[in-house]
Amino acid sequence: MLMAHWLFLIPLAPLVAAVVNFIFGRWFLRSVASWIGIIAVAISFTLSVITFMQIRSDGNVLTQHLYTWIPAGRFSVPVTLQVDQLVAIMLLVVTGVSLLVHIYSVGYMHGDPGYYRFFAYLPLFVFSMLMLILANNYLLLFVFWEGVGLCSYLLIGFWYRRTSAAQAAKKAFIVNRIGDLGFTIAIMLIFINFGTLEYTGVFASLGSTGHQTLTIIALLLFTGAIGKSAQIPLFVWLPDAMEGPTPVSALIHAATMVTAGVFMVARSYPIFEASASAMEVVAVVGATTAVVAATIGITQHDIKKVIAYSTVSQLGYMVFALGVGAWVPAIFHLFTHAFFKGLLFLGAGSVIHGMHDEQDMRRMGNLKKYMPVTYWTFLLGSLANAGLFPFAGFWSKDEAIGAAWAQGHPYVALAGLVGAFCTALYMMRVVFLTFWGTERFDPTKVHPHDPPWSMKAPLILLAIPSVLAGLLVGWPPDKGWIHRFLEPVFAQGKAPAELATSTTWIFAIISTLIVASGIGIAYFAYVRGVISPNAWVQRLGPAYRLAYGKWYFDEAYEKFVVHPLYLTSIFLWRVVDVEIIDGTVNGVATAVSYTSERWRRAQTGLVSNYALAIGLGTVVIIGAYLVFGSSLFQ
Amino acid sequence: MSQLTPDHFLFLSAALFIIGLMGVLTRRNVLVIFMCIELMLNAVNVSFIGFAWEQNSMVGQAFALFVIAIAAAESVVGLGIIMALSRRRDTVDINAVRDLRE
Repeated sequence: MLMAHWLFLIPLAPLVAAVVNFIFGRWFLRSVASWIGIIAVAISFTLSVITFMQIRSDGNVLTQHLYTWIPAGRFSVPVTLQVDQLVAIMLLVVTGVSLLVHIYSVGYMHGDPGYYRFFAYLPLFVFSMLMLILANNYLLLFVFWEGVGLCSYLLIGFWYRRTSAAQAAKKAFIVNRIGDLGFTIAIMLIFINFGTLEYTGVFASLGSTGHQTLTIIALLLFTGAIGKSAQIPLFVWLPDAMEGPTPVSALIHAATMVTAGVFMVARSYPIFEASASAMEVVAVVGATTAVVAATIGITQHDIKKVIAYSTVSQLGYMVFALGVGAWVPAIFHLFTHAFFKGLLFLGAGSVIHGMHDEQDMRRMGNLKKYMPVTYWTFLLGSLANAGLFPFAGFWSKDEAIGAAWAQGHPYVALAGLVGAFCTALYMMRVVFLTFWGTERFDPTKVHPHDPPWSMKAPLILLAIPSVLAGLLVGWPPDKGWIHRFLEPVFAQGKAPAELATSTTWIFAIISTLIVASGIGIAYFAYVRGVISPNAWVQRLGPAYRLAYGKWYFDEAYEKFVVHPLYLTSIFLWRVVDVEIIDGTVNGVATAVSYTSERWRRAQTGLVSNYALAIGLGTVVIIGAYLVFGSSLFQ
Repeated sequence: MSQLTPDHFLFLSAALFIIGLMGVLTRRNVLVIFMCIELMLNAVNVSFIGFAWEQNSMVGQAFALFVIAIAAAESVVGLGIIMALSRRRDTVDINAVRDLRE
């Protein structure tokens, strides 16, 4: 079945849904708007599955050229859709998780006055993300990179009347933009050096470019990824993005948009492989992010914030995997993470929904009695996130850590292990604080309950791959189905160093021990009460404050970036705009007015004066002629 | 008696012209200003005749006749304006009409 002809339908369906809902949603469609969105994404998902199967069977890259956007002589930027194995997997992830989130949102957003608007923005996001993945050149990717950023802004600030939500939306967009500056310059450099922006063209002509240029391009591309995928130092927007509705967090800030950075770097792997120093930077940034975010996650009280920092941390894993050249493990972790992180966010949403918008875990407890489905799915997701054998997260995370070790980055591997410990600890802390223990809320005022089926079904459907996906696609380690499937995509690169089987086993055992100890400590602290969290807070004093205060990134930015900019703006306003520019313009007007006031006095109204003026003028003109124009006075 | 030269004509013309000009600029009675304008025109006529005599050409004399005719026409129009003005303002003082003052 010739899927190449129908590729355009994959992004088109959600676009149509978005437009229809946006135009007609408020007056005509209202609650039907959700169905339009769901059907559209279902179409995309079905077509993605068909595309995937076709790629799996013959391995040929599918292309569909739609339109030449910029025809400029020998340079052109086409709107062409391209599907290889990497894109096929991303398509499945994006459309699959989007579909489940759409279904979930029917229940979650029920009764919200902006219901139709939500189902206009959400498919719009899906459209942008799909086009981002399907693009065959950097400029098209960048257009939809901005597109997903826009949708993120719209959806984070969905409840726009809430000031904190509006601020968070602005913060997300602006911080992203900083990374985008690097990305834009990288695209310009690519154009200058390679003359084309299409992936195939760029990667073919890498040999003719200097090593330094390639390093700069790689680093600038990576800054774009730092912004979009919330790495240090541009991760500060993601925790604030929790202001948006929880389905948004699940889709955009866990499974899809934040992975666009990882996708883009993986897509550009030939450029990165040409520069060892750039890869080094990527690995260090990823590893640092993985650890720092994990430490913050241990201290937070808001359930969504913990999961948000977990996302930042897991993105760090994906990024450091990219940085050590472990391209397939990075994508593998992206794949598994989409499922369990999406599950965790939707589960958190279910908790919040059942607790009537309570998000602070200090006011929860023993919810497994009231919300069993939510509890079990959340537990499975947490164990997957923590990386416990045999859940999905174990396989992908372990491969990333093992690859770091094999490629000669022991500190990165160590960071991965430290992060794994923290991850296990904070995830089980969430589980125990929320679902176990004593009820720290008033049962007469709050009636927690499991959500309706529209919300339960996606939880269950996401729990299944969270448990099984790692095993199914990743076994045996480094030689599993996913490795063989993605091999042609990364064929141009260096073959990653092989880990001896014994080393793989050792790492598996070490990480399982670490995860078990994390779970154990959480159990003894929050269930048995043997370890006292408060005592440790005292003992760790400054370290705790650092982690709880989010390593003070926001405060540092406020002091060194935002405030000086603010003062500069005030200066530009009060001095440059009001005094200088307005002063000049008004000054000209005043000068003209003053001068004309003086000249007015020549209009006396007396005919004699006018006659005198005529006479004098004639004398002057004739005199001037006689002196300068004739030979009389030469 | 010395010979009559074109210079004499020019001196007369200049003198009459200056006197007329001074009158136009200085006097307040509208009719007197008008008479001074006529004086200026006649001064120019004299200079035309002088040049015609000097160059033995009829052009100057013909032109002088034109000037006379035009002066007459212009007087008619001007006196018409003065009459209209004096009936409205009851004065022939030129400084009394300063409606175009700033």
